[in-house]
Amino acid sequence: MSIELGMPRLSKRDFTSDQEVRWCPGCGDYVILAAVQSFLPELGVPKEDVVFVSGIGCSSRFPYYVQTYGMHSIHGRAPAIATGLATSRPDLHVYVVTGDGDALSIGGNHLIHALRRNVNLTILLFNNQIYGLTKGQYSPTSRVGQVTKSSPVGSVDQPFNPVSLALGAEATFVARVMESDRPLMMDILRAAHEHQGTALIEIYQNCPIFNDGAFDLIKDRTQQDARLVRLRAGEAIALGPQEARQVLVRTSQGGLEFVSVEHADPAAVVVHDPTLEDPSLAFALSRLDSPEMTHVPVGIFRSVSHPTYDQGVREQVSHAISTAGGPADDAALQSLLLGGDTWTVG
Amino acid sequence: MSSKPTEPRSRVVIRFAGDSGDGMQLTGDRFTSDTARLGNDLSTLPNFPAEIRAPAGTLPGVSSFQLHFADHDVLTPGDAPDVLVAMNPAALKANLSDLPRGATIIANTDEFSARNLAKVGYAANPLEDGSLDSWHLHSVALTSITLEALSAYGGLTRKEKERAKNMFALGLLSWMYTRPTEPTEVFLARKFADKPDILAANLAALRAGWNYGETTEDFTSSYAVAAAPMPAGTYRNITGNVALSLGLVAAAHRSGLPLVLGSYPITPASDILHTLAGLKRFGVTTLQAEDEIAGAGIALGASFGGALGVTTTSGPGLALKSETIGLAVSLELPMVIVDVQRGGPSTGLPTKTEQADLLQAMYGRNGESPVAVIAPQTPADCFDAAMDAVRMATVYRTPVIVLSDGYLANGSEPWPVPDVTDLPDLTVEFATEPNGVDAQGNPAFQPYLREPETLARPWAVPGTPGLEHRVGGIEKADVTGEISYDPENHDRMTRLRQAKIDGITVPDLDVDDPTGDARVLVLGWGSTYGPIAAAVRALRAGGAHVARAHLRHLSPMPANLGDVLRAYDAVVVPEMNLGQLAMLLRSRYLVDVQSHTAVRGQPFATTELGAVISQHLEEVST
Ligand SMILES: Cc1ncc(C[n+]2csc(CCOP(=O)(O)OP(=O)(O)O)c2C)c(N)n1
Ligand code: SF4
Ligand SMILES: [Mg+2]
Repeated sequence: MSIELGMPRLSKRDFTSDQEVRWCPGCGDYVILAAVQSFLPELGVPKEDVVFVSGIGCSSRFPYYVQTYGMHSIHGRAPAIATGLATSRPDLHVYVVTGDGDALSIGGNHLIHALRRNVNLTILLFNNQIYGLTKGQYSPTSRVGQVTKSSPVGSVDQPFNPVSLALGAEATFVARVMESDRPLMMDILRAAHEHQGTALIEIYQNCPIFNDGAFDLIKDRTQQDARLVRLRAGEAIALGPQEARQVLVRTSQGGLEFVSVEHADPAAVVVHDPTLEDPSLAFALSRLDSPEMTHVPVGIFRSVSHPTYDQGVREQVSHAISTAGGPADDAALQSLLLGGDTWTVG
Repeated sequence: MSSKPTEPRSRVVIRFAGDSGDGMQLTGDRFTSDTARLGNDLSTLPNFPAEIRAPAGTLPGVSSFQLHFADHDVLTPGDAPDVLVAMNPAALKANLSDLPRGATIIANTDEFSARNLAKVGYAANPLEDGSLDSWHLHSVALTSITLEALSAYGGLTRKEKERAKNMFALGLLSWMYTRPTEPTEVFLARKFADKPDILAANLAALRAGWNYGETTEDFTSSYAVAAAPMPAGTYRNITGNVALSLGLVAAAHRSGLPLVLGSYPITPASDILHTLAGLKRFGVTTLQAEDEIAGAGIALGASFGGALGVTTTSGPGLALKSETIGLAVSLELPMVIVDVQRGGPSTGLPTKTEQADLLQAMYGRNGESPVAVIAPQTPADCFDAAMDAVRMATVYRTPVIVLSDGYLANGSEPWPVPDVTDLPDLTVEFATEPNGVDAQGNPAFQPYLREPETLARPWAVPGTPGLEHRVGGIEKADVTGEISYDPENHDRMTRLRQAKIDGITVPDLDVDDPTGDARVLVLGWGSTYGPIAAAVRALRAGGAHVARAHLRHLSPMPANLGDVLRAYDAVVVPEMNLGQLAMLLRSRYLVDVQSHTAVRGQPFATTELGAVISQHLEEVST
């Protein structure tokens, strides 16, 4: 993290643009916006060095409300645009804001390729399990059977699990958080900022208009205890209140299972380590939520250090330049134009 | 030098044809280089199948390379070859119909086996049944002579030796047309530096070919083509794709911007990606994207960050890029899109040429989304067109589409290499200061406040303190750039974007009319330049009065275009599509231009155009 000396301390207000926010009352996007605006000053980065690139959707209106550079682009393409920007401008902090439809439907191709390349980007995926902006059709994260305007008798589509998808696409940083969990959101944003490469943060976001209550099972205090799994590096993965505590153990079949603390074989208890090179445990954790949010892990699933794409690309260019003895001058260009095989007339 | 008599020739067209695996493109390239060094003017036309290796010996597998060289200014690769080198029966069959009677055929007899003849439907051997009596046939056992010449090279397999037969053919043709072989020897030495056996075999085959011409009685004389009078300068031979790549690099250099290419491979544009990927030393970044949409997105993202964003493709890719180009129109950021056109629709004819993406380039986006469109005219001209595209993109902050095509991309011609310091200065200035005040009277940045002269908006790149702003595809309020759904504002912004493109400075259309009293104008665009100019030249040589002009800027069109069109009794517009430019001209200028069209995947033949123009000349005079 680079804290520039002599830079005035910025506040949330400095990152708030003068544009009127136009999401529906009660939309989860407000909470996320407020969290991000409060987080940005913490970076100690001048606001001109931060860029938000978004696609299309309710969530993708986000850049208009942040007083940094921003681009509201076209549906699904933000990761590609951000790749061009981040690769040519290593001095910038580039965020992508996207929705479940934007990222996983029309933009699925760009998302998986940004992840596998490991471009230095932070992707905030607002998952409300619905197409908000187009007024409520099912999305690639909608539940099977979900009744929407375009699925009046229930959606037949099998949904994506964004965390599993990202892990399968070679993502080096994958996290999940509830919109309302400000402390965890801050922790994850911080870790994502420090991560070199693509960080994907799935944010469960409620759309009160078209898919209200999609995450109630894990928001509801009475349900939450039995379902929400907080992933903390170095700690046993556990669930439930003190009196009925369960821990995650590896089963003899190679799977994962919650068992009560008393019955757990200490050697089989899973201690969370997001830095494992092998993504299979992270993947197994991402599957705990099926079916129907049985157990929903939140926190950082994976955070490993791999070479980044943009750095690799830039290094090839700077190596070529330094090998040639410095940036190309007129003489270098002249010899390029001449090529190896010329003849002279007159 | 040859001991046999040498006859002068003014111009020669040679076509090397063989199986895709026979190395005909390389043979043609080498003959071209050696010819260029002699100072002839020239033009080339490679023609190869879309399949990497179609089944050997079949008609779809034939690959050819045509070269036209002369002691005068050459405009086209030539309609009809004077010499056909046919490495197998398929090559003979596929090309014979282009060969005028009396032309020379050099056929590799070794390949004319019963099996190979049957493969292409020859009932009898055409080399022996008298069917080629009206041509000058040289039956040469190319493969076996090559093998014999290489008998001493024990370290090589028969296959490896056989592969050198294209060098034998090159040696023989070099003897016939008194070309030096030294540059090819140097080339081979470099190419096979770490394969000494293969190098030796190729050199031996090349010499054997030369000696064959020199010693056998089959060839009685060789031919010389004197150098063409060309303006003084240093020349190299260059293809359109390479010229275009160098033009982009030169423009980036002269603008002071780093070049960032986002591209997805597609024939016939991939060579631009390949060339630029090798020019990192010039600060060029090439990203091979996951698809064409991403290629355009990468370019636009880089432009937003202050680089020169470029994306290269062919027609199908341009279709995929449409939405991103529309975004660039709305963001008003510089971006260069290169479309190397090929036969369409859909996959069409990937390796053949066509000009049928004109309307796609002009209008193939949703909404009113004008862009600048420029079309290079010859392979070497791709350099200047690329530089001009960068000028328009950066000065006017707009996407610019460059419409090259397969013929320009792979064809080549001599190029007088410009002096770098003579190239236009394309220096770009980014916005650094607020350019207005907000409602409270404080300094503020207004991202859509336009320069009055160009109507360009400021290019303020991330990292510039105080100019933080948001851009997007939603309609923006004039000046402030804020989201606006106001109908009046949308109407104004739509007209402003169009006015900006209409106001791009482009030179007036030059009309070539030596007698000054022509009544018929032939107007073309893009790669039809050579065939049209050649046809017009031939007609003028016969006494015809005919005017000729070529449109380089398709959007905006030159200001004098309407006056030019209206000054003639007939305007003939030849195009390799079904009349796309003609449609634009008719609708815009209400002039009933006469369309002549063909989409055969090949450039127009000079004779074909000559006949069409003659007919119009006759109609006008009656
Ligand atoms: C090319 C294209 N196709 C379709 C649309 C219409 N569209 C806009 S947003 C959207 C879905 C957005 O859903 P999501 O990404 O989940 O965002 P949300 O609104 O839920 O935040 C669709 C289909 C569009 N703008 N562009
Ligand atoms: S439709 Fe849903 S997601 Fe969109 S703004 Fe309204 S509440 Fe938010
Ligand atoms: Mg959504």
